[in-house]
Amino acid sequence: MKHLLSASDLTRDDALLILDTAAELATVTDRSVKKLPTLRGRTVVNLFFEDSTRTRISFEVAAKRLSADVINFAAKGSSVSKGESLKDTALTLEAMGADAVVIRHSASGAPHRLAHSDWIQGAVINAGDGTHEHPTQALLDAFTLRQHLRGGAGDLAGLRVAIVGDVLHSRVARSNVTLLRTLGAEVTLVAPPTLMPYGVDGWPCSTSFDIDDVLPSVDAVMMLRVQAERMQAAYFPSAHEYSRRYGIDAARMAVLPEHAIVLHPGPMNRGMEISADVADSPRAVMVEQVANGVSVRMSVLYLLLGGMPDEA
Amino acid sequence: MTLVLRGARPYGEEAVDIVIADGVIVELAGAGTAHGELVDADGLIALPGFVDLHTHLREPGREEAETVLTGSQAAALGGFTCVHAMANTSPVADTAGVVEQVWRLGQEAGLVEVRPVGAVTVGLAGERLAELGAMADSAAQVRVFSDDGKCVHDAVLMRRALEYVKAFDGVVAQHAQEPRLTEHAQMNESELSGRLGLAGWPAVAEEAIIARDVLLAQHVGSRLHVCHVSTAGSVEIVRWAKARGIDVTAEVTPHHLVLTEDLVASYDPVYKVNPPLRTAADVEALRAAVADGTIDAIATDHAPHPHEDKDCEWAAAAMGMLGLETAFGVALQTLVEPGLVTWRELAQRMSVAPARIGRVRTQGHDLVPGAIANIAIVDPTATYTVDPMRLASKSRNSPYAGRTLPGRIVHTIYAGTPTVLDGALA
Repeated sequence: MKHLLSASDLTRDDALLILDTAAELATVTDRSVKKLPTLRGRTVVNLFFEDSTRTRISFEVAAKRLSADVINFAAKGSSVSKGESLKDTALTLEAMGADAVVIRHSASGAPHRLAHSDWIQGAVINAGDGTHEHPTQALLDAFTLRQHLRGGAGDLAGLRVAIVGDVLHSRVARSNVTLLRTLGAEVTLVAPPTLMPYGVDGWPCSTSFDIDDVLPSVDAVMMLRVQAERMQAAYFPSAHEYSRRYGIDAARMAVLPEHAIVLHPGPMNRGMEISADVADSPRAVMVEQVANGVSVRMSVLYLLLGGMPDEA
Repeated sequence: MTLVLRGARPYGEEAVDIVIADGVIVELAGAGTAHGELVDADGLIALPGFVDLHTHLREPGREEAETVLTGSQAAALGGFTCVHAMANTSPVADTAGVVEQVWRLGQEAGLVEVRPVGAVTVGLAGERLAELGAMADSAAQVRVFSDDGKCVHDAVLMRRALEYVKAFDGVVAQHAQEPRLTEHAQMNESELSGRLGLAGWPAVAEEAIIARDVLLAQHVGSRLHVCHVSTAGSVEIVRWAKARGIDVTAEVTPHHLVLTEDLVASYDPVYKVNPPLRTAADVEALRAAVADGTIDAIATDHAPHPHEDKDCEWAAAAMGMLGLETAFGVALQTLVEPGLVTWRELAQRMSVAPARIGRVRTQGHDLVPGAIANIAIVDPTATYTVDPMRLASKSRNSPYAGRTLPGRIVHTIYAGTPTVLDGALA
């Protein structure tokens, strides 16, 4: 495998290799000297056409812990807004000798274009493209689920996960549906009908419009960020109604099974999809997700640049 | 001066010598018997020159993509003898001045009859009617009016346009796209659009406008033309309207007869087009509709774009694809070869009907003595691999790059004069 563009690029074995490698690399974080020489002399470019401080920093820390040189390229104003085109930016990075390009872009498929053009030779890692995919987020979520609910090893067979919120616009949901399914979990998407993608019946998951039906029988619930602006486009009548029907609060948390955990990809809208008492409860694992994000991204960089065995 | 197309088979029928003098077919003589300047057409099929109801020539304003001359060259090489130049130029063809300019450029190029299409509304803005009468009365004699690329979505404005053009036997060619249902739309709305994370373009956005417009046309007793029909549902509505006696005609593009939405999974913007590529079931329904006459015409929607507008991420790319030079091959492959239409029916869909819809009296004539000699001579047995670099169009955005298509345009005769001989511009 040369690039990581979509969760569907990963077989079960690929995904497990990434997670197992991440678990090994996580031990580096516990040392006083948090650095491995693995990618010394390699150059990783964070190419961000969209603001995302968290994801960029996560990739930056991951690359630095592997001793790679990191260049942050904030290309504000893509060709959509008639700035420099994706192609010219890519050619520039290629000329500078990028071994890997971590790309975040508002246009779905932009990483795919980059990887399948002849603009650059290096590995392309999708750090979130439009409303398409965010595969490293799904990997860190899987890692977190495995750590809490499967003893940190093996796959997620039989695990029941609800993903709740703006599925329509969520790249996190798309990547998670695919990856969690690949790892054997059973995913249920929960959203108002307006925020459920057209044709979702064909996805490898079940769906529900009623969060209260779903919560009592899940091992984990992943809350998606919902932008209040969506109500301008008539996806739901008001933030208040959304919160009442699809947000998680203490009462809803109470019906979760004892062992169930709450995830959120961040940044959270406290009071919208998640109440403060849930966000701050011990069952909420957001801080671990952030830490695991670094390990998983180290693993992806290590395997793509250092050598994941090529399936012929 | 007499021109003889030696041994041609009109509509695939018996071989004859087509004798042309003063721009007119004067005789169909026995094969090998006529005298004059001979053009070898032995065993090749003769069809009336193709008439395109939907061509973007881009001039004035986007000459880096296409000009009237390069577009005319592409058209002639595609077997066309007439094209309708769409109004979304810069400035928009919404005045007598602009349509006359395009018409004059067409005359100067002299390769096909260039019939300008006038905008329905000023600046394609959908707010008030352009001076339709002035364009109709101009030297360009405009009869087809369209805001193509934009839909005349205001129901009152559409009604008025349908009514107003009756005064000069014009027709409104509607680009059926409900704007609110297609805000930021990138591809056909389907299971695939959901997976690819590309905003969906639902079939209903096209069908709702067509349904409204056929009812409006019925109410005011006007004729309506529907541009580039792309869904099975649209076909059903047009079929229903025709059965009720509503004066509606419809066109389909070659690409909607052969390409499907799954190509979008490559995120290659060469497949980005408006209306979007749909499903295999839609393609099937469109072919059947051409066969049974529900769809009257094949129209290319030839839409040249400079490389940089396609060499980018999907969302940033322009919509549209080339079509003039590949239209016949696609029609042959999708309609004639499978036995859905005969050669005479193909002539109807690519020449006779579009000429009638556009009220082009000089085109779409049956190949008989007395007809103006607009003729395409084609070899249906030849095949070729499409190489965008070898197209006459100034742009390269052909979705068929690398594909093998059947059928070669061997000669094109425009008003009695060869514009293409042996596959090259004469």
